[in-house]
Amino acid sequence: MRGTLSDRMGAALLMAPLLLFLILAYAWPFLGVVKWSFTLPTPGLEQYHALLTDDLVQSVFIRTLRIAAIVTVVSVTAAYAITVVWVRGSPTQRVLAEFCILVPFWISVLTRAFGWVALLSNRGLINTWLQSIGFISEPLTLVRNEFGVIVGMSHFLIPFAVFPLASAMRSLDERVLLAARGLGSSRMRTFWTVFVPMTRSGIIGSALITFVFSLGFFVTPAILGGGRSVMIAELIYLRIFQSPDWGLGAAISVVLVVFVGALMALLFRYVKPKQLV
Amino acid sequence: MPTYRPGPVSLILAVLVALFLLMPLLAVIPVSLTPSRMLTMPTGELSLRHYRSLIEDPRWLESILLSLRIGVVSSILSTALALTFSLGVWMFQPRFTAALVGFVLLPMVVPPVVSAVTLYFLLTSVSGLTSFFGYDTWLGVAMAHSVMTVPFATVLILVSLSQLDRRIDLAARGLGASVWERATRVIMPNIKFGIVTAALLSFVLSWEEIGVTLFITSVNAITLPRLMWMGLRDNIDPAIAALSVILIIITVLVLAVRSVAVKMRGGQ
Repeated sequence: MRGTLSDRMGAALLMAPLLLFLILAYAWPFLGVVKWSFTLPTPGLEQYHALLTDDLVQSVFIRTLRIAAIVTVVSVTAAYAITVVWVRGSPTQRVLAEFCILVPFWISVLTRAFGWVALLSNRGLINTWLQSIGFISEPLTLVRNEFGVIVGMSHFLIPFAVFPLASAMRSLDERVLLAARGLGSSRMRTFWTVFVPMTRSGIIGSALITFVFSLGFFVTPAILGGGRSVMIAELIYLRIFQSPDWGLGAAISVVLVVFVGALMALLFRYVKPKQLV
Repeated sequence: MPTYRPGPVSLILAVLVALFLLMPLLAVIPVSLTPSRMLTMPTGELSLRHYRSLIEDPRWLESILLSLRIGVVSSILSTALALTFSLGVWMFQPRFTAALVGFVLLPMVVPPVVSAVTLYFLLTSVSGLTSFFGYDTWLGVAMAHSVMTVPFATVLILVSLSQLDRRIDLAARGLGASVWERATRVIMPNIKFGIVTAALLSFVLSWEEIGVTLFITSVNAITLPRLMWMGLRDNIDPAIAALSVILIIITVLVLAVRSVAVKMRGGQ
């Protein structure tokens, strides 16, 4: 059935446009970026050497890993709490939880970052309110620092962390939970010793997705960090547009892709792609 | 039948997370009503001046029209490419399918900032060839958006194809239908919902795309997110709050309509 000449031609004709489009508009220019990293400003491994020795680049890498790790823990924990209700709650609770997950999910990253500026800035909702009740006299610095970045990124990533968790919780056999309860295990104990271990693949998938996403994050850190807590993606932007140093920007991009590729390979060793949606 | 329901502790935690998720969306409402020129909470009187400035300032309207044009063109392009590719995969099941699909999904997995640098490289290198396609042109942005949205469109169409019964295609084939007839008269009518969803998602992703757009535009192709970005970086313009409120209301309405539509489909 498969493999006749006309079949192969048909497949080739149908698949060719997209493959050609992506080769020309994506794969080829990516190789160009790789070339930049080895040739600008002078040919050689100079830029990769700079990555290992430059203090600024190093501190940005460390900050990015630290923020990504904190954001992952916060997002997965928060996502877990709301997913439990979304998957196992009463019908009304499910509808409400779904609304709270999907509405932010569909709203643009800019609007959401702006919402946090409106809440956290010096004249924002939180500071205005705390000052009006006399709790503080000077506004708290909640934005243009790492705190603001972590809050904004977690807010963005919680919905993404929800989907793998929901898929793990849905495929879980409810009778096991009822058996644990029936045998006299408390709610807490059933949750920690039966429910959580059975959703392990969802937790791993959700954590890796969140971590990978946070590594390459650009918009939220740029707005809520206010240039003070620069992450890798913003550093690439600055290297290309402000201190034209295309070679270094390209080299950081290449390293980022390799790192994310390695993490994805790890992800697919532990979880089947099906479990992620 | 007994069911395992979340207890009070779970519910309290979930409510806290829900509040956290909704808080920034609600916070823009009072800010949008401030009479002040700066980003502040309204004290006493409310004003609609920032909503008015959205209509009166031509920059907002221009960028909305530009974003609509780019969204429509890139959505048509990426849906068409995703559809032909997915039909090829489904109808012929070629060898190396997994590798080919993996390649197509790359722009979705690679960190967006790296895709942005890549597309910046592409558009600046073709900029010299023509004046209408390249860095900082609307066609360049539309093409770049298609690169970014085509993996999502492909996933949606492949998923709806995977739910299709192969036997109807086999029947058509047995009755002598050509590849073209099988594709257009048998398969596509059955995955209409998936195709429309793919086109809509591509449009929405392009409409709100900012990460790549920042790298490939400067002064000419100012899309709506790009204009918002400019207003957010410098002196924060409360008109953005007014715009955000409108975008949030549209999103909630669309989601409500969609959930009603899904219920009605399910009911039939």
